[in-house]
Amino acid sequence: MTVPSISRRTLMKGTALLLASTALARQALAQAAPAGGRLVVAADSEPKNLNPAIVASNGVFFIASKVIEPLAEASFDGKDGLAPRLATSWEGSADGLSVTFKLRDGVTWHDGKPFTSVDVAFSALKIWKPLQNLGRLVFANLEAVDTPDDYTAIFRFSKPTPFQLIRNALPVVTSVVAKHIFDGSDIAANPANNKLVGTGPFKFAEYKPGEYYRLTRNENYWGKDQPKLDEIVFRVLPDRASAGAALEADEIQLAAFSAVPLADLDRISKVDGIKVISKGYEALTYQLVVEINHRRKELADLRVRQAIAQAIDKKFVVDTIFLGYAGAATGPVPKNAPEFYTSDVATYDFNPAAANDILDKAGYKQGADGNRFKLKLRPAPYFNETRQFGEYLRQALAVIGIDAEIVNADAAAHLKAVYTDHDFDLAVGPPVFRGDPAISTTILVQSGTPDGVPFSNQGGYANPELDKIIKQASETVDTAARTDLYRKFQQLVVADLPLINVAEWGFITVARDTVLNVSDNPRWAVSNWGDTALQS
Amino acid sequence: MKLAILLLRRRAISSLPVLLIVVIFTFFLLESASGDAVDAYLGSIGGGDAALRQSLRESYGLDHSMLARLWLYLSSLARLDLGWSVAFDRPVGALIAERLPNTLLLMGSATALSFGFGSALGILAGARPGSVRDRMLSIGSLIVYAIPSFWLGLVLSIAFSVKLRWFPIAGIETIASGKTGFSRALDISDHLVLPVGALALIYLALFLRVMRAGMGQVWRLDFVLFARAKGLSRSRIVLRHVARNALLPLVTMLGLQSAAMLGGSVVIESVFAVPGFGRLAQEAVNGRDAPLLMGIILTSAVLVIAVNFLVDLVYAGLDPRIGASEGGA
Repeated sequence: MTVPSISRRTLMKGTALLLASTALARQALAQAAPAGGRLVVAADSEPKNLNPAIVASNGVFFIASKVIEPLAEASFDGKDGLAPRLATSWEGSADGLSVTFKLRDGVTWHDGKPFTSVDVAFSALKIWKPLQNLGRLVFANLEAVDTPDDYTAIFRFSKPTPFQLIRNALPVVTSVVAKHIFDGSDIAANPANNKLVGTGPFKFAEYKPGEYYRLTRNENYWGKDQPKLDEIVFRVLPDRASAGAALEADEIQLAAFSAVPLADLDRISKVDGIKVISKGYEALTYQLVVEINHRRKELADLRVRQAIAQAIDKKFVVDTIFLGYAGAATGPVPKNAPEFYTSDVATYDFNPAAANDILDKAGYKQGADGNRFKLKLRPAPYFNETRQFGEYLRQALAVIGIDAEIVNADAAAHLKAVYTDHDFDLAVGPPVFRGDPAISTTILVQSGTPDGVPFSNQGGYANPELDKIIKQASETVDTAARTDLYRKFQQLVVADLPLINVAEWGFITVARDTVLNVSDNPRWAVSNWGDTALQS
Repeated sequence: MKLAILLLRRRAISSLPVLLIVVIFTFFLLESASGDAVDAYLGSIGGGDAALRQSLRESYGLDHSMLARLWLYLSSLARLDLGWSVAFDRPVGALIAERLPNTLLLMGSATALSFGFGSALGILAGARPGSVRDRMLSIGSLIVYAIPSFWLGLVLSIAFSVKLRWFPIAGIETIASGKTGFSRALDISDHLVLPVGALALIYLALFLRVMRAGMGQVWRLDFVLFARAKGLSRSRIVLRHVARNALLPLVTMLGLQSAAMLGGSVVIESVFAVPGFGRLAQEAVNGRDAPLLMGIILTSAVLVIAVNFLVDLVYAGLDPRIGASEGGA
């Protein structure tokens, strides 16, 4: 059966009432939830470094977030979309030079030692800022962390740093690890990167390569009556079709991150005792983007980019490729980020005739074979949907007389070709929106990216006006002014089309009915699962 | 016995250059693939900046020239050190030692089953060429052989795991069961039924067809005609004279198939989530993990050489003419 869940669209409309009512229902369930049991979950990858303080990625969080916790987690109903975890409150100074965190009292590490502000200072200065793939950006100007007492950490920045950015980044970049475990060692080579010690509701028990990760209940967890489960087992199932079968056979009880392919959802939703849930990924929105190589003469012409945008039927893409589990995109900020999102941008309605017209007028005449020019199109290999969209785009471009040749490659080859060698004309990429445009969105259009930086502006696009806004926003401490700048950023990007945003999507969770309290926050799959329970 | 030792020594010496060529060839093959271990890793963690990329390249040793890396690898290989896997951040030797037994178990059982049943069914089919039984078996084997192994695997798991719930759907043993000894062995064999079945069925069809074709040829030979003229019973002719001689190409096939089955097990290991060698190879390629992939290919090469050596010994036992020429050389 399909659970009627809050879709992206309803969430966007801001129906707070609906949110409140489901929150109540959830609480009622949470109270009724029995304690105990082993939850078996499908995992499709085995990260080589499981430390979320070093590697901030969904694959790592999926397992590690149950063991190691951030300062705050995303929340449907919390203030500014956050719920406290290791920090109980956070406040930025007016000058943007410091942020004060009050930390939770009475938290212990899994090895019994107390958690204090010293751990936060160590994690921030020795790991997030120098080592973490995303923290390097967010904490670039972090200079010091003062620890006046065990439960206060004051972050000091050398330049004004927007509190809004820090706040939005908290769930992703602030996983705290223990100083006494990492201090004085080669952090990157520390065995604790794979034998995690944290403060979370679950302790890391065992990893059998190729088979499973096992987490067990932390009896001394700070959360009241949590965790509910005795054990979580992440079972490595590399084949997607078998994840669905394993759910049906009740060998696993939950598959997150669309481990069950979209095409199987319709069938599996009819299986008794299985529910399909599209909620719980709102803060992990993926975007389907056509990346454009502006070094190519034709593509540097705005009229051609407009024609391409008009040749794409977003509704078809959403309905046919994503089978409805996505939304059409209007610009570089997804609707799931209502703090920044604006719909007040240029639109490119599906109109191949008009697109043909623009190209004719621009002087790209059709040859005898009906083609105006040829392009090399590289769809990213990460998702079925990006590859399928590549096929669709080829056909859509053919309609407007552009002959696109598809070049498929595996991940390593794709990254090298697009981001290092720039050997593409169009690419299909799936960047992630991570809570704030400054984290991994502005990099997609900002000029001057060095070669080889994945998921960045490697099309050589440069727009001084846009660069200025991006720079201004990165220094603007005032939240309202900063938000305004990002609205303007969206308008500029959509007007000039350095890239074309086509769709935005979250993943799908498929679970047995017996699993309770699923998807109760916007980063649920990568949150701590403290209240997740099994119906006995 | 003397013959076996002689063969072994000769085989070992002649294999060394083969292995060296395999290593160098694999190295350049992987080198020519676009993208390196850092590209693969950055892609898997959702990106990073240029400085992170550079420091990773240095720590993986990718900043050295291609030949320097090959030399480093070969010299560590000379010390019997298979190197360090960048994708798993563990020694290659340990990874292989962990995964190989699962694959050997899977492949060994599948080979034994497919060879055993394949040749038996081939004898049944070839005993009366052109009969209804022969046609049924031939058509059936063609159909099975044409089925892609992943599809067969999925069909088996849906039928026997999801619907009937007879066998576990995936994995090599029950997760964290704490079983030991005989009950663990039972548990593992329970998990192996479907993957071994899927793998064996495909190759069974192949062995069946080769056996049948071989028998067809032997039937026409003079000594069979003579045996029939002597008035020997049909079953005696089939088993003693025809099948025994038709078995020779099958044994050759067995040696060749051992290499092909390593490839086939990649798919089956993925479908049934068996933590084996084939899946490790797939992950090594995806991660552009040169030392790991070379370790895997080297191990596979040694395996194939070993299997072929055994096959030659069996061959010598079955056909005295071969032993005679080897011994005389």
